[in-house]
Amino acid sequence: MNSVVNIKNLSHSYGSTVALDNVSIEVERGEMFGIIGPDGAGKSTLYRILATLLKPDRGEVFVSGLNAVTDYKKIRTKIGYMPERFSLYQDMTVNENLKFYASLFGVSVKENYDLIAPVFSQLERFPNRRASALSGGMKQKLALSCALIHRPEILLLDEPTTGVDAVSRSEFWDMLSQLRKSGITILVSTSYMDEATRCERIAMINKGKILDTNTPANLVANLNENLYSASADDMFCLLNRLRTTSGVKNCYTFGATLHVVADNSFDPDKVSAQLTTDGLKNVKIYRTKGDIEDLFIKLTHDG
Amino acid sequence: MGIFGSLIKKEAIHIVRDKRTMIITLVMPLFLLILFGFAISTEVKNIKVVTVVDRHTEMSRNIEQRLAVNEYFTYLGQAAPKDIDLLLRTGKIDAALFIRTDGNKLATQIVVDASNTTSAKTATGYIQGVLTGSSQSLLPILTQTLYNPQMKSAYNFVPGIMGMIFILICAIMTSVSIVREKESGTMDLLLVSPTKPGTIIMGKIIPYFILSCIILAIMLLIAYTVLELPFSASVFNVIILSLIYITLSLSIGLLVSTIVNTQLNALIISAVMFMIPVIMFSGMIFPIDNMPRILQYITTIIPARWYISAMRKLMIQQLPFSYIIRETIILGSMTIVLLTLAITKFKNSR
Repeated sequence: MNSVVNIKNLSHSYGSTVALDNVSIEVERGEMFGIIGPDGAGKSTLYRILATLLKPDRGEVFVSGLNAVTDYKKIRTKIGYMPERFSLYQDMTVNENLKFYASLFGVSVKENYDLIAPVFSQLERFPNRRASALSGGMKQKLALSCALIHRPEILLLDEPTTGVDAVSRSEFWDMLSQLRKSGITILVSTSYMDEATRCERIAMINKGKILDTNTPANLVANLNENLYSASADDMFCLLNRLRTTSGVKNCYTFGATLHVVADNSFDPDKVSAQLTTDGLKNVKIYRTKGDIEDLFIKLTHDG
Repeated sequence: MGIFGSLIKKEAIHIVRDKRTMIITLVMPLFLLILFGFAISTEVKNIKVVTVVDRHTEMSRNIEQRLAVNEYFTYLGQAAPKDIDLLLRTGKIDAALFIRTDGNKLATQIVVDASNTTSAKTATGYIQGVLTGSSQSLLPILTQTLYNPQMKSAYNFVPGIMGMIFILICAIMTSVSIVREKESGTMDLLLVSPTKPGTIIMGKIIPYFILSCIILAIMLLIAYTVLELPFSASVFNVIILSLIYITLSLSIGLLVSTIVNTQLNALIISAVMFMIPVIMFSGMIFPIDNMPRILQYITTIIPARWYISAMRKLMIQQLPFSYIIRETIILGSMTIVLLTLAITKFKNSR
């Protein structure tokens, strides 16, 4: 068995709310695997099950070949779990937090320092600062250091970049790429679609269901549709008009422009000429390439 | 340092770095003890009293003198019978003593403001005491107040305050500290680690146990020095029973923390379910024997009732251990049941 995480037909509900619905995922050893989905998609539930904090209702979960329900004690030494909220002791200093988490796993900071060094180096400057006084990015790095200190085989990162500035986010992904080189399997979830391309493979999840699993490039390649980018001075009016135009399957805002998914009957020049005569200024409609976000919208729209 | 040591060190940091907790846990017991020991007192002092005398005799002067020198009274002199009503209404006096000389005998009447029944009863008793002491025609009633001859209310309150403080500190602080970790998500990480749940619980309980022992030491020190409780060998029994009671309170805190999920709920449940019954039903303020039968039955499930009752026997009556066996057995069994329940529930909360 080469897959380090193997989830088979996993389902879990909280009362009548279905959090996970027949989820199956396989993650290879040493892989950086992304779980992409909006808030409330079931990502955190999946993580809690993988971290052996939650017993699944149905289905089987194997982590490093061990059953997550029966062998949970053994799994706990192999995983490094970093929950969505950076679970640090706010009234303890940087060093105290790190030492505490190390002792929890019966290791010393020294013996595994080489592993966390790339992450922790920025925090070394203020070892005696309390965790509550750290910035979002610093908290994130400290939490990652704490999750790594016992040299886990698998790193479970639940939305590690939420609430962190763009620069720190980018730095964080660079660090993860570095860590992967040391052989750690990384399972990372995010609701930022643009981060998906940093993973080797991703699973897209929405409303507890896996929509698709593949490499980001392959996923985008499957997006073989007529996709146009549209803009005008009055974006809101443009959106309303395009949504009622024949041949348009879907139209949604995408950054500063609109993305239009259309069938073959859609002629961008004709439509923009029509809209200009109707009083809209600076109408531009041109063909564009889709990315993960377009794919996600397509999958949720179709589903 | 082992896992256990780290857990305890971590908890100590939480306690020491939270100034508010420190102040509440260390200052409040002192404050309450001193407040109840001195300021709040069921002793009635400075009863303002006047006399109404129809004829001055040696006997009536004798009574007036006794009133004047008695530290419990503020003797305001004589008044006219028609003024008494107004003086009582305006609160200028608390009681009036009518003395009529009938031949060779004295006839007396006490008029007392009974809007506060406690002070009225006490005032009446004191005046009667003054009268019996002076009247040659009556045989004086001999009253012997055992165990607390000076009727100091501090004696009565010290066991009560201790019963309250330990519930407050152990139950509330333990439950809040565990629930805080649930709220912040750090509990998840503790549980995900290979550390055994039993070790995590002990890491939580022991620092608060130590803190409680420090508080116990401080309270006993104050009780035996400032409040002048009689010191005897029974202090060892006091300490043993207090340690059982502290463990019991810690178990309650642990149990609460397994049920609730927010610090606020932990605080409310600990306060409403444990603090109020301790004050109302433990016999700390209201004597249990005076309660309706149903309430008396309810008091039997309140640990503080047994603790306070045993503490009174030990600290005030100075009775040997054999007199508190019942209380010890009840508290001990309660502790075992609650602690087992709390630990099982905590372990199952995986």
